[in-house]
Amino acid sequence: MHAGEYVVVLVFLSLGIILPIAALTLGRFLRPTKPTEQKQTTYESGNEPVGEGQVRFNIRYYLYALMFVVFDVETVFLYPWAVAYDKLGLFALVEMLIFVSLLAVGLIYAWKKKVFKWNSI
Amino acid sequence: MEPATQGVTFGSVVIEAILGVLTLLIVLGFVTYAIYFERKVIGWMQGRPGPNRVGPFGLLQTVADVLKLLIKEDTIPKKADRPLFILAPALTFVPAFTVLATIPYTSKWIPADLNVGLLYYVALSSISTMGILLGGWASNNKYALLGGMRSTAQMISYEVPLVISVVGVVLMSGSLNLSTIVEGQAGYFWNWNFLPQILGFGIFVIAAVSELNRTPFDLPEAESELVAGYHVEYSGFRFAFFMLSEYVYMYAIAGLTTVLFLGGWHAPFPFLDFIPGIIWFVLKFCLVIFTLYWLRATMPRIRIDQLMSLGWKVLLPLSLVNVFITAVVMEFMK
Repeated sequence: MHAGEYVVVLVFLSLGIILPIAALTLGRFLRPTKPTEQKQTTYESGNEPVGEGQVRFNIRYYLYALMFVVFDVETVFLYPWAVAYDKLGLFALVEMLIFVSLLAVGLIYAWKKKVFKWNSI
Repeated sequence: MEPATQGVTFGSVVIEAILGVLTLLIVLGFVTYAIYFERKVIGWMQGRPGPNRVGPFGLLQTVADVLKLLIKEDTIPKKADRPLFILAPALTFVPAFTVLATIPYTSKWIPADLNVGLLYYVALSSISTMGILLGGWASNNKYALLGGMRSTAQMISYEVPLVISVVGVVLMSGSLNLSTIVEGQAGYFWNWNFLPQILGFGIFVIAAVSELNRTPFDLPEAESELVAGYHVEYSGFRFAFFMLSEYVYMYAIAGLTTVLFLGGWHAPFPFLDFIPGIIWFVLKFCLVIFTLYWLRATMPRIRIDQLMSLGWKVLLPLSLVNVFITAVVMEFMK
């Protein structure tokens, strides 16, 4: 492992940034720009937009985000554990089993509380 | 290619930059013809000829489409949050291309041989979700907002089983380095990870199709209810960048599936060993891509409530079970 590998990552990152900038700048010279009032309105199936676009949305999305945080943080523990598993052995397996079952209780609780039930938009 | 081991010099940076540009060109070429073949293959499957007007056999169809998008007027709605609206497509594309740095093609051709390769992949790929959410929010449009929210909910829900399903592979190879994972599958198809990890492989494929927003999980694109989802207000090349990142992720996922489960550059049978590794990598890669087209031509779109309950109530528990089955079996095999 040496610094050279991260130079490649940096190269890929800069290319990824340069491409959108270059393409959009090139496009600026090629595309027409004739903005009118009508063109710049927000699309709403051909009707005049009603009220604000950033409407209130369902609380359900927030609950999904919370569940995601719980289980994605779990993977932070699972990955190093999996890499070192050969050296850790049975004790680490039991420990991880206890940890995951604690989270599984949370999953079952959320399930019973109908967090995963999708009712409207 | 293998970078120089002695350290970072100006020359090595220039070589890496040239190889990076080469990879970018390969990826853009892939995307151009992936779109062409997608339309062609689905056309054949549905008894249609597919695109056949622009150039011989329609081979220039995608080129014409890209050119059209490039010279199309770029409209930003007055009510949109301008800086965020401009940032969103780039924020989706940059991680999509950056994750490709770590995919090993053969034992010699590894752009960046990171010891945390797999973690690098899953960590970066989740940043794209932010771009989608941002695009939906900044458009200041009800359809875009709902579409963006929905896409985000879908992508974060399927990211959890996706990252947990690969823990089984990590357990078996004891490393997050992608080239070490491929070396761990040395031998023929019965040594590859997809057989011992069949449950993990199934979960990975389903979750990956969902992460790619492809049929049967293409709800973000639900044109019948949300017009086009998060990119309703995008036009011209900004829209093209959302599409481009979707196809670059297809490239990344096909590469990752090949590396993690299908033995990377190894030949399936001993008598086929004379064929070079890169050919095997490309063949397996194409097989994964073809399967994605095949799924799109075969399956209808599922409903959002079915999608969410599949992710949380089926795939997540199964992926956790897979981790412990693998760990227990490894304990007994010692």
